[in-house]
Amino acid sequence: MSAAPEAILAGLREQVCAAHAQHQPLRVRGAGTKDFYGESVSGEVLDVCAWSGIVAYDPSELVITARCGTRLSQIERALAEHAQMLAFEPPRFGGDPSMGGVIAAGLSGPRRPYAGAARDFVLGATLLSARGEVLRFGGQVMKNVAGFDVSRLLCGSLGVLGVITEVSLKVLPLPRAQTTLRLELPAAGAIEAFNRWAGEPVPLSAAAWSRGCAWVRLSGAPAAVRAAQERLGGEVVDATHAGEFWDALRDCRLPLFGRDALWRLSVPSATPMLELPGEPLIDWGGALRWYADPPAQYDIRALAVAAGGTAQCWRGAAPAGRFHPLPPAVATVHARLKQRFDPHGIFNPGRLVTGL
Amino acid sequence: MTHPDLAGALRAVLPADCVLSRDEELHPYECDGLPVFRQRPAVVVLPRDAQQVRQVLRTCSELNVPVVARGSGTGLSGGATPHAQGVLLSCARMNRILEIDPLGRTARLEPGVPNLRVSEAAAVHGLYYAPDPSSQVACSIGGNVAENSGGVHCLKYGLTVHNVLGVRGFTMDGEPLDLGSRASDGPGLDLLALTIGSEGLLMVVTEVTVKLLARPPCVRLVMASFSEVHRAGDAVAAVIAAGIIPAAMEMMDRKATAAVEPFVHAGYDLSAAAILLIEADGSDEEVAGQVAEIEAVLRDAGASTMCVASSERERALFWSGRKNAFPAAGRLAPDYYCMDGTIPRRHIGKVLDAITAMESRYDLSCMNVFHAGDGNLHPVILFDANEAGSWERAERFGAEILELCVQLGGTITGEHGVGVEKLNSMCVQFSPAERAAFLAVKEAFDPAGLLNPGKVIPTLARCAEYGRMRVHGGALPHADLPRF
Repeated sequence: MSAAPEAILAGLREQVCAAHAQHQPLRVRGAGTKDFYGESVSGEVLDVCAWSGIVAYDPSELVITARCGTRLSQIERALAEHAQMLAFEPPRFGGDPSMGGVIAAGLSGPRRPYAGAARDFVLGATLLSARGEVLRFGGQVMKNVAGFDVSRLLCGSLGVLGVITEVSLKVLPLPRAQTTLRLELPAAGAIEAFNRWAGEPVPLSAAAWSRGCAWVRLSGAPAAVRAAQERLGGEVVDATHAGEFWDALRDCRLPLFGRDALWRLSVPSATPMLELPGEPLIDWGGALRWYADPPAQYDIRALAVAAGGTAQCWRGAAPAGRFHPLPPAVATVHARLKQRFDPHGIFNPGRLVTGL
Repeated sequence: MTHPDLAGALRAVLPADCVLSRDEELHPYECDGLPVFRQRPAVVVLPRDAQQVRQVLRTCSELNVPVVARGSGTGLSGGATPHAQGVLLSCARMNRILEIDPLGRTARLEPGVPNLRVSEAAAVHGLYYAPDPSSQVACSIGGNVAENSGGVHCLKYGLTVHNVLGVRGFTMDGEPLDLGSRASDGPGLDLLALTIGSEGLLMVVTEVTVKLLARPPCVRLVMASFSEVHRAGDAVAAVIAAGIIPAAMEMMDRKATAAVEPFVHAGYDLSAAAILLIEADGSDEEVAGQVAEIEAVLRDAGASTMCVASSERERALFWSGRKNAFPAAGRLAPDYYCMDGTIPRRHIGKVLDAITAMESRYDLSCMNVFHAGDGNLHPVILFDANEAGSWERAERFGAEILELCVQLGGTITGEHGVGVEKLNSMCVQFSPAERAAFLAVKEAFDPAGLLNPGKVIPTLARCAEYGRMRVHGGALPHADLPRF
């Protein structure tokens, strides 16, 4: 039998307060599926897995509230029983992430350009602060503008402002119908087509390009999916094969993700093909481009910036850090936020921004 | 104390016609859409571009003078109420649409562009900008960013925060700050999300990039009547439970329909305790299917009558009553006070019952219009400011509604913002440690505290005073005594 819930939270608080008092860094950790993600971080592990469980879920409110240690699989099972889903399709990386980790990383899967990112679904969050206070921001309602939107700020914060102990997320109904089409298209043509279709009433729920083929997922009312399928053409992929492809893309398990050096470029969706050798993997209707093993003479960050985006070194040697460097005024605000939320720098120091 | 030559210092960096300081010039700026709060600013500036905004901020920063940014002044919480010793920075002249990218589906805008103009300009490409606050003819994109404005289509299309890709502007000391971009994400903390809805306390925005969506080819509106408010509330939940996300789902109670009907002749069922307006949008096939499903759910939920707008003209007519609910309130009483709490949908009936009880307690009438789909209530309290104590009763009535929203797991403001109006209610919703966190955010962007000071975050002293005034259960002692 596990400890009583209050005792678990009290234990986490105690560990945080002790670290704060002694200026000792903590490495906040859930299921560990994203240990590889972000800059490397040292410190005693603060394991939040035991603080788990669905706190509230009323399907007709379209909101689920869960403690940070709750596994994604448990959430998705509960939602599926009522034909609902987390529409941002958080990546699982072959494991079963904790909800705290899902929100702290703020990553989203293939549906992101059409349904929204993790941060778009965050309605509220509870933060265990460096001083051991339990702070609640946002709530369990769709519309809420009381005070600054700190709960969304926590999404993607990689735990550097405090421990996200509970989150409330908006959920959506599962689509009634879903079809995947595969079209043989060159990458440049696929980017153009994805953007054109997104500007028309086509029920897109994912659009990717890999190895000479565009993959397009249509989701929604059966009639709308059927009509779009006829309009777009291409070959219908059987549901099992399609499911495997989208899962592998979502979880970063396609062959490209096995390469030694991998870059993730986030750019405006209609950006033409970049002047980089090698075939990219394209997701998010053109807004996400993955490049493996780029030759050293190419300045990937400069190429991304020229296109209006940024580049992140997902894997391999990271020149000047994994994440794209922050502009000076933005870095100043980061430093001040960190200083005020975590004055002794105990939470995941350096994981999101080097030196922070 | 006002700086002795503030206007002179600003005229040194701006063209003469951009600085207003004569009493009669300042008068139109002394309030926003919540006129019970009035304050004449020391100076008004009307910059024409980002560099002029920067000059204003640098000058004010050096002189330690507060700055309040203002869009179109349609806000309903006093967020743009001027500061007596400060500069009111109006973005009205920065109203150009800088770029529309039809393929990438984005628009780059100056902050003073009226909300509706974005959709009008994008229409030629089959695109539109989704958030549609009821003031959309007048309200500006910059103001929408400050307030995280919503509208009637939030359930399906989200609020401003879901539809803005990036903002550009300056911190109080004139440092350029560029947050978000046309790319989907970027490194570091999501400061863009923090800025949207920050009510002008963190930065001054000089450019906004928004997302445009494909305009749905087909839109249909279902109107249904219910003999009991609870049934209408349950019907809303039933629609959602059936897996339907309508484009909009609005409720009006009998007082509201009675107020607007003589005004717009929408054909509302005045015998109904509440009516629902439910809109479906998408392709022809999709909408036909969804309307049939909505009708089936509403029938099961006990709708007494139901009809689908037969033409675009009739759809606009059904909507006109909802969109004119606030002006119609002006026909019923000399003044009205619109509230903006949000609650979990399941409590709709409970809250409306409680409001009815409060009406007799405060001796004021209240009509209810309601973004039912997202649980956002707009009780409209009717009063007469010329009658002694009437405004004070309205204010306390409103505060009690908001406290009930908090008790039921909701919030004091869904889309209108805190401004100066809901400072007391912030004490109810947030603990001292939570308010300290808001202050930490403020200080991270504006350490000198010069941007829109005195709004959103109540001081400890204010909350202590408010706490002393309140008693358990939300009712005030000696509710009949005016308080200031």
